[in-house]
Amino acid sequence: MGELFKNLMQAVSDWAIPLMLVGIPVYGFARGVKVYETFIEGAKEGFEIAVKIIPYLVAILAAIGMFRASGAMDIFVHLVSPITNLIGMPAEVLPAAFMRPLSGSGTLGIVTELIKTHGPDSFIGYLASTIYGSTETTFYVLAVYFGAVNIKKTRHAVAAGLVADAAGIFAAVFICRLLFG
Amino acid sequence: MLNYVWLGLIVIALIVAAVNGNMADVGKEAVNMSKTAVDISIGLIGIMALWLGVMRIAEEAGLIKLLARIIRPITSRLFPDVPSEHPAMGAMIMNIAANWLGLGNAATPLGIKAMEELQTLNPQKDTATNAMVLFLTLNTASITLIPATMIGVRVATGSQDPFGIIFTTIFASATATVVGVITAILLGKLPMFKNSDPMYAPSQQSTETE
Repeated sequence: MGELFKNLMQAVSDWAIPLMLVGIPVYGFARGVKVYETFIEGAKEGFEIAVKIIPYLVAILAAIGMFRASGAMDIFVHLVSPITNLIGMPAEVLPAAFMRPLSGSGTLGIVTELIKTHGPDSFIGYLASTIYGSTETTFYVLAVYFGAVNIKKTRHAVAAGLVADAAGIFAAVFICRLLFG
Repeated sequence: MLNYVWLGLIVIALIVAAVNGNMADVGKEAVNMSKTAVDISIGLIGIMALWLGVMRIAEEAGLIKLLARIIRPITSRLFPDVPSEHPAMGAMIMNIAANWLGLGNAATPLGIKAMEELQTLNPQKDTATNAMVLFLTLNTASITLIPATMIGVRVATGSQDPFGIIFTTIFASATATVVGVITAILLGKLPMFKNSDPMYAPSQQSTETE
């Protein structure tokens, strides 16, 4: 069952992109669109958008890099671990949980280390793996998407993103406790 | 809010580094990450051009409007400020589908396209609308059907059950999505965020039936 599901999903992800890349122009052609010229017109925007994102991404990533390098994460873990212990969340996975909204590669490093130390099929191994997949890197997505359209006043986006991250992490603890705890 | 988070991160970094005595690392990392940010942005150019080109064809062919019409029953509730057949709807659904399938490379350009479409409806170009915030939340808390990276790590570390995390990941990410959507909608109704809503003009007050 798991194997079938995995093969099916693999086929979907292998086929999805080529099918869209070919299917859309074919559909357009059938509808009388000048596909080549139209593609070029759209593609011209790519450079402009990538350049527009740069200042937003520099601001976010530099701040996150400084925070990580200072070792501030350890202090946060120390402060919060008595509370998270109460809900059955081991202190070992706290750095991964805190890092999740800030840095995808940073979280991957921490999670890989945890899996190596505790074993992939331990409770901590399952939990750390699940935390990594539970949400995206909120601050990166924020910088790229709002940067592309020059939005500077983000209103409740950070709050909503962080609440969602927290919900994902608590849900990961809950389901891993239930199945593997 | 980003003001406080951003300033908080760098001020805390300075204070902690002063105590820990690793100030040099903090300075070095600021420079390194700035360079990384540019590398990431420049690296996006090709894939962005590819998808924006294909998306322009989809738009001209009426495909995006068609998609928007199909999903109207759901999206008209989630995004009341966006006209139900607006191209933004079609771009958003393509981005969300790409995310769910784990096609991260395609999802980002499609999401940016959706943001541009949402921006055309925005009377205040530097301020996020409710629709933008909700769409962003759907991206930061996207449902993950196949956690491919983690399955790879688990295989590499000798797991007997590398796929055992598929269900737990779907459960955790779906919870994040649902909670995120509800939070984004509710926060948008708070006075402090409602007053800064670009789509919220005094003339609209009388037409609101809620």
